[in-house]
Amino acid sequence: MTSGGASNTRGKTWLPHLLMGAGILYFLVPLLWVVIAATKSQPDLLDSPALWFAEFNLVENIEQLFSEDGGVYGGWLVNTALYAGLSALGATALAAAAGYGLARFSFMGKKFFETALLGMIMVPATALVLPTYLILSELGIVNTMWAVVLPSLLSPFGAYLVRVYVDESVPVELIDAARIDRAGELRIFWQIVLPMMRPALVTVFLFTLVATWNNYFLPLVMLSDADLYPLTVGLTTWFNTAQQDAGNRMLFNLVVTGSLLAIVPLVVAFVLLQRFWRSGAAAGAVK
Amino acid sequence: MTRSIPITAPAVDDLPPSPRPVESKPRRRRRRVTAHPVAGALFVLPFFLVVVAFLIVPLGYAFWLSLSSKSLALGTRFTGIDNYVRAFTDPVLLDGLWRVVLFGLVQIPVMLGIALAGALTLDAVTTKFAVAFRLIAFMPYAVPAVVGALMWGFLYSRTFGPFADLPTLLGGDPIDFFSASLLLVSLGNIVTWAWTGYNMIILYSALQGVPREMYESAVIDGATPVQIALRVKVPAIKQAISLAAIFTVIGTMQFFTEPQIMARFAPQISAGYTPNLYAYNQAFAYSDFNYSAALSFTLGFVVFVVAYAFVFVNRRRGARS
Repeated sequence: MTSGGASNTRGKTWLPHLLMGAGILYFLVPLLWVVIAATKSQPDLLDSPALWFAEFNLVENIEQLFSEDGGVYGGWLVNTALYAGLSALGATALAAAAGYGLARFSFMGKKFFETALLGMIMVPATALVLPTYLILSELGIVNTMWAVVLPSLLSPFGAYLVRVYVDESVPVELIDAARIDRAGELRIFWQIVLPMMRPALVTVFLFTLVATWNNYFLPLVMLSDADLYPLTVGLTTWFNTAQQDAGNRMLFNLVVTGSLLAIVPLVVAFVLLQRFWRSGAAAGAVK
Repeated sequence: MTRSIPITAPAVDDLPPSPRPVESKPRRRRRRVTAHPVAGALFVLPFFLVVVAFLIVPLGYAFWLSLSSKSLALGTRFTGIDNYVRAFTDPVLLDGLWRVVLFGLVQIPVMLGIALAGALTLDAVTTKFAVAFRLIAFMPYAVPAVVGALMWGFLYSRTFGPFADLPTLLGGDPIDFFSASLLLVSLGNIVTWAWTGYNMIILYSALQGVPREMYESAVIDGATPVQIALRVKVPAIKQAISLAAIFTVIGTMQFFTEPQIMARFAPQISAGYTPNLYAYNQAFAYSDFNYSAALSFTLGFVVFVVAYAFVFVNRRRGARS
């Protein structure tokens, strides 16, 4: 076996750097395109060179974005943040309690439940969406925010991650000591265990947040009222209209600008919080 | 592709220095799980209720629905396994299934290969440039699949994108990324763009956990970084790689968002292009909820069995080695 150009002496790393440079270009070009395209009016979007700026129209695009269809885009943005925030908070809370319960207690059926938990991680989420829709429509809560938030609370993976984390990082002795001091179980959980679980909880929160923020299939199935749409479903409806109108209505520029604004919050959050998700990913993958 | 679970955790056991599964470690430390049966069960109860309401009941309901059929003439009646017989002889479903399998057979190895190469590079090269590469490669994960598919759809199209007309500069014909022959490749590129960085980070995290002592002697013996990567590091994170693979398979089997969005650019993406798209259209375009339930259940069941068997075998092997 010969070395593929990289050698173990320092300074001869031009090949890996070249390949990483190609990777950066590949991952960045679509994002650059959306940033550039968001600054263009619809005619420029259709006619000017794709990867370079034309007349700067971003401010007008954003103004039009938030006023089109009675300002529905602002509502989509709020809905997305609300659904994702509530789902992530709820799923994290459930995972925290369940993970702790499984890691530090014994009770009837626990062994079975832990085995089943691993299986639940493997159930493809989209196979559950259509049956859940049918059940929720019997109960009359489809086409409400709860039809999106409640199914998103299910995160077997979150519970599993917390369980592994507690096993590794919350000493039994500490809990026993608190019990000797006659602290109640809830208080032990709230004041001692919860702060120690923080890295695992941030990870679960971030991953559920992204999953719900980006989810398309669930809200597409559950919601029929445009005012309730999240960004993903809303932008698709605009895009459909734009395609059918063949560009008569100025919508393509809105789809592009709306897409840009939809990804900025998450990209920023991930870059700012990278310390957390990296330690969380490491906790899962390494321990 | 919809994937709601990060693919990190189940890689817990069997890193070479401690080949025993994690589960056995606490026993060695004589872990005392204090017996507060009611408190423990109460902590798990809320989660358990959500599992019942949004996993067990929907699966059960789908199965129950799939055992009947509805027709105008006869109303709803019990038809047993008829829907499943229909599904497994339905050329549209079988075509879609085959298409997704074919797609996965090419796209998954390509994506994971790039992700692994990237992770090994990041593990060996620690320049600022490498940090930038890591951050940028991960960014597409934060982009909704809908937006990713729209962006690539624009980039592929002749009116908006820069790529389709490139060959005309040299006098050639423009590329039609939405043609029957290129469509799967175009879709594969969208998925690869979106998920490579994510898998790379997972594998990179696993590599960071490989103790340096494992290959220190190899370094002293003059092994090249490539040799160390292939002979020491890759075997050490075998478990993480297989789990990344299985979760990617689960995601691929559910392929929905990208083809659904791309259908606006590429009209030959039919109602049954992927099994999941077919199940969706059976319910919402044809109002055949019973058949749709059978499709959902079949899809869920097949994926579940394959994935669970894979993980089970994997753990067994991990525990023995």
